[in-house]
Amino acid sequence: MINDKNSQKIVDFIQNWARKHSIWVLAYGTGCGAIEIPPTMTSRYDAERLGVRGAATPRQADVLLITGYLTTKTLKRVIRVYEQMQDPKYVIGFGSCTINGGMYYDSYNTIKVLDKYLPVDVYINGCMPRPEAVLSGFAKLQELIGQGKANGAQKYKDNLEWYRENQKKIIPNWVMPEYNW
Amino acid sequence: MDSIWFKLLGVVVSFIVAFAVGMTYMGLNRKITARVQNRKGPPFYQNFIDAIKLGSKTTAIHHGVMQHFGPAFLMVSSVMSLMIIPILNNGMWFSNLNFHGDLIFLLYIMVFGPLGMALGAGQTGNPNSAIGVTRGLSQMVGFEIPWVMALVALMIQFHTTSIVDLINIQVESGTWLIFSSPFAFVAAVLAMLGMFRYSPFDIVGAPTELASGPMSENGGKYLFTMMSSASVFAFAKLTLYVDLFLGGASNLIELLIKTFVIYMIPVLYGVVSPRYRTEQSIRYFWGWPAFFGLLAILYAVFF
Repeated sequence: MINDKNSQKIVDFIQNWARKHSIWVLAYGTGCGAIEIPPTMTSRYDAERLGVRGAATPRQADVLLITGYLTTKTLKRVIRVYEQMQDPKYVIGFGSCTINGGMYYDSYNTIKVLDKYLPVDVYINGCMPRPEAVLSGFAKLQELIGQGKANGAQKYKDNLEWYRENQKKIIPNWVMPEYNW
Repeated sequence: MDSIWFKLLGVVVSFIVAFAVGMTYMGLNRKITARVQNRKGPPFYQNFIDAIKLGSKTTAIHHGVMQHFGPAFLMVSSVMSLMIIPILNNGMWFSNLNFHGDLIFLLYIMVFGPLGMALGAGQTGNPNSAIGVTRGLSQMVGFEIPWVMALVALMIQFHTTSIVDLINIQVESGTWLIFSSPFAFVAAVLAMLGMFRYSPFDIVGAPTELASGPMSENGGKYLFTMMSSASVFAFAKLTLYVDLFLGGASNLIELLIKTFVIYMIPVLYGVVSPRYRTEQSIRYFWGWPAFFGLLAILYAVFF
């Protein structure tokens, strides 16, 4: 989020610096990838030294971490969770499953490409990505936030119809408000 | 030196000091916890970064008027407690807006914030908030008993309800109240473990159990308000303990050393303890802390 006004530039710089060094993660443990989060957070790899810590609810979180495959059933919950998060918010797709389906490429009830349903800022590939890879993904996200380029949330708002169309193809019984702030 | 403007200036300055010191202490708490768990831990100024980030987040949540007032009540309660607690004991700087009988007023105003927050959390309609509120109020019933007993023992022993009078007694006699009424100190410190809500008494905002309890629907600026209110309140409580039991402080360095020593008690007790259940927590406070409170009152009456 870089503003065009000159007066805003210094404010944006400070805010982006703070956002970069304070990332509160809502780990949505959908698939097997959730098992890599505890070693990332605990004493061996200690993500908290980079300012990365867990958030308890979507309202407090900055980053939604989709750890692994998403079934058509959990996609609905993930969309609700994502839309309850407050701006600025980011999404990290974790593992090969979120990129192209991974080992579930021919499964009938998982989604293959996460980016068609939610705006992903950073992908971490691998099956499984090791904690080093997770930390490098967070470092990449920090770099993007610092440059003001991690604006997936803005993309989501601008192209809401397109995302909704894709989402409704997967979720036939759409009993949700149009946008859950 | 006695004009109201001078006192108001002192209040503003002590608020800024309380905010900075409280935030730094909580950052040090995170660092110490990390070192105990054999981690490197965040830098000690991590809480300031979190505060800037939370302050710069947008908020588009509306559950009703009380939800917006809840964090504000918390902040008001913290600032009011800070305003009547004398920061330094030389009677000139930072003596703040205290008056005779402020110890009783403090007992009331310290529970005002959590009650306001309970109203705000109730309106969000989140079940986790409701459970957190019931847990918090139950725990408050637990630790208020030894805390009130300790303060009543001090009031009986020294025939005063003013914090400044208690400081002056310590300064004149040269003996800290930790030595002249030790049972009251033990009861008050054990009650403080519950007041700080660090583990094992973090049953209110347990993130893995209740999704952070009463604050689960609050993000961004609300969380920033709660965080700064918690830091100001932490500093106010620590200063109160120093004033009551450690003879106050004549300058800021002395105050920082004394408050940090007191602060280490809940922190170090917390990092090695798992979490209690609600009834275990209440039983704890009605056990030994209440016994020491009773002992303090008997000591004050008969000696």
